[in-house]
Amino acid sequence: MNNTLRHPLFRPGAALALLLLADLFLVPGMFRLEIKDGHLYGSLIDIANRAAPLVLAALGMTLVIATRGIDISVGAVVAISGTVAAMLVGGTMVMQNGVPEYVANTPMAWALCAAMGAALLCGAWNGLLVAGLGLQPIVATLILMVAGRGLAQLLTDGQIVTVYYKPFFFLGSGYLLGLPFSLFVVAAVCVATALLVRKTALGLFIQAVGINPVAARLAGVRTALLIFFVYVFCSASAGLAGLMISANIKSADANNAGLLLELDAILAVTLGGTSLAGGKFSLAGSVIGALIIQTLTYTIYSLGLPPEVNMVVKSVVVFLVCMSQSSEFNTMWRARRVNAGRAA
Amino acid sequence: MSALTLRARGWLASPYFTSLVTVLLLLLLLGAGGAAYPGFLSLQVMFNLLIDNAFLLVIAVGMGFVILSGGIDLSVGSVLALTTMISAWLLQHWHWPPLLVIAAVLVLGAGFGAAMGAMIHYFKLQPFIVTLAGMFLARGLCYLISIDSITIDDPLFVAMSQMQLPVLDGFISPGALIALLTLAAAIYVAHCTPFGRAIYAIGGNEQSAQMMGLRVARTKVLIYAFSGFCAALAGVLFSFYMLSGYGLHAQGTELDAIAAVVIGGTLLSGGYGYVAGSLSGVLVLGAIQTLIAFDGTLSSWWTKIVIGGLLFLFCVVQRLMALGAASK
Repeated sequence: MNNTLRHPLFRPGAALALLLLADLFLVPGMFRLEIKDGHLYGSLIDIANRAAPLVLAALGMTLVIATRGIDISVGAVVAISGTVAAMLVGGTMVMQNGVPEYVANTPMAWALCAAMGAALLCGAWNGLLVAGLGLQPIVATLILMVAGRGLAQLLTDGQIVTVYYKPFFFLGSGYLLGLPFSLFVVAAVCVATALLVRKTALGLFIQAVGINPVAARLAGVRTALLIFFVYVFCSASAGLAGLMISANIKSADANNAGLLLELDAILAVTLGGTSLAGGKFSLAGSVIGALIIQTLTYTIYSLGLPPEVNMVVKSVVVFLVCMSQSSEFNTMWRARRVNAGRAA
Repeated sequence: MSALTLRARGWLASPYFTSLVTVLLLLLLLGAGGAAYPGFLSLQVMFNLLIDNAFLLVIAVGMGFVILSGGIDLSVGSVLALTTMISAWLLQHWHWPPLLVIAAVLVLGAGFGAAMGAMIHYFKLQPFIVTLAGMFLARGLCYLISIDSITIDDPLFVAMSQMQLPVLDGFISPGALIALLTLAAAIYVAHCTPFGRAIYAIGGNEQSAQMMGLRVARTKVLIYAFSGFCAALAGVLFSFYMLSGYGLHAQGTELDAIAAVVIGGTLLSGGYGYVAGSLSGVLVLGAIQTLIAFDGTLSSWWTKIVIGGLLFLFCVVQRLMALGAASK
């Protein structure tokens, strides 16, 4: 029993369970699943589907935070990769046998590769600044955060680029085996990342760098290379999230796509129990954290509260989680309880 | 190595030099503008630079204190928006007297900052995450008051927005004057008071500051309270400027303020730089915007790209200088 309580995933898991329990009473039909046109529909599926980009961003962010870093350029990378993909795919109307059809401007595979390539470049830039030049992570990624969105707007000329090419939408709203396609993408990335960090020494190295970078370097870990890799990975997952978002809204919105996503991703990682001070990290925790955020949003929407309440609730949640992670607060709290016990 | 090169190196790595680079950059930008566009170098354009960026200057002054102490405050933009919103609401909905409203929001801003500072210090939480939550909270509270923009028609606010104080051949707004006074006060506090020295000491090394017997707790809480106060004051100036309260006001201002402080020559690791650097940093950002506005063919996103480029340049130069100082 005590072991279960001490498990690192206990707190985020319990929070999600409590939230869902509250929804059971507050939101009618929350757990109803039904099959329509061979697709599975329901609130839970909807939450998982909408949380997909956030889960991807949070996965990358987890590894960055584990090395004592932070990447606040995630939102800008989302905008860049979505913009590149949407502009290359685009879609021109062609008459075929009297039926209008849309053809991609560039073969979609190339467009997707280009978008991911742009995201990788962004990651390499961040990685170079942090690992190569030794800039503080928050400053290094601040540069791309400010300039990146500007670059995306430069590409689109500040306009929203609409995509007409149907196969592109599959990434955002397609179904496979009755489930949203995005869930498969997320699952694949999760499994691949988990294998990479758990079955190889990579996870151990990342933790070592986070706990003490100097000691890790002296022990023979190639710290700079590792940190570089982590930022590239974070941008790559953000790029994938960007593709998903632009496929979902069938356009690229350089002004607003992924706005504040970095903050949500950091929030998800914190909720999942990974400390911002680096070191121990939990990928599963971050996934649960992202699901908590999306469930919270969904609950607020379905309760008919104004969506703006969401920000207040989120901030209160962050305060509570931070407090519960602070050892100073826990000591203070315990001391008070002991005193109260003596008085009684 | 000869004594001369050593001295030159020491001089290059001193905060004077970094700040001087920014001033040179500013003069260069203004010179380029003056060469390219007739009328750019008029006195009023320079004053407008100050008038349009008064609120940013006030925020950057508060941010300068926070960054000098080795922290960061992401909540300032949202606190600004919340201030405009609360002022507009109290004035238009509750018909409070304007001076009382201004006093109330200033106290509120300082209290908001102090609460965050207390959490950061006493619970050993990261400034980044606490002020991030503060940012969400303040922005969310704006929308709880109203999701629409509230127009202010209070006579005092309208008078403040239209007043022109003649200086030489041009004029400045009361907002710009308040911003300059805030800057002057901040420079005095940073360099001539024990509080200011404590800020630098904490930014250099918090543990050492504690061991020296400095009152670290009080100083840290006060720093964030000051930053919150500056954000609220900037909010008041912003409501003079815009005559409205709106939850979407000043989005991303915290990043502009951080950029201004960094460009002004302050190191984000703390303890190195000048509060006065905020002024040159803000003016550089303003000059870029004015140049782009004068050009007319460049779009607003060029501002972001240029600011990003400048940030990059300054960070790299600072980093190389730090490396040079370390290898000496």
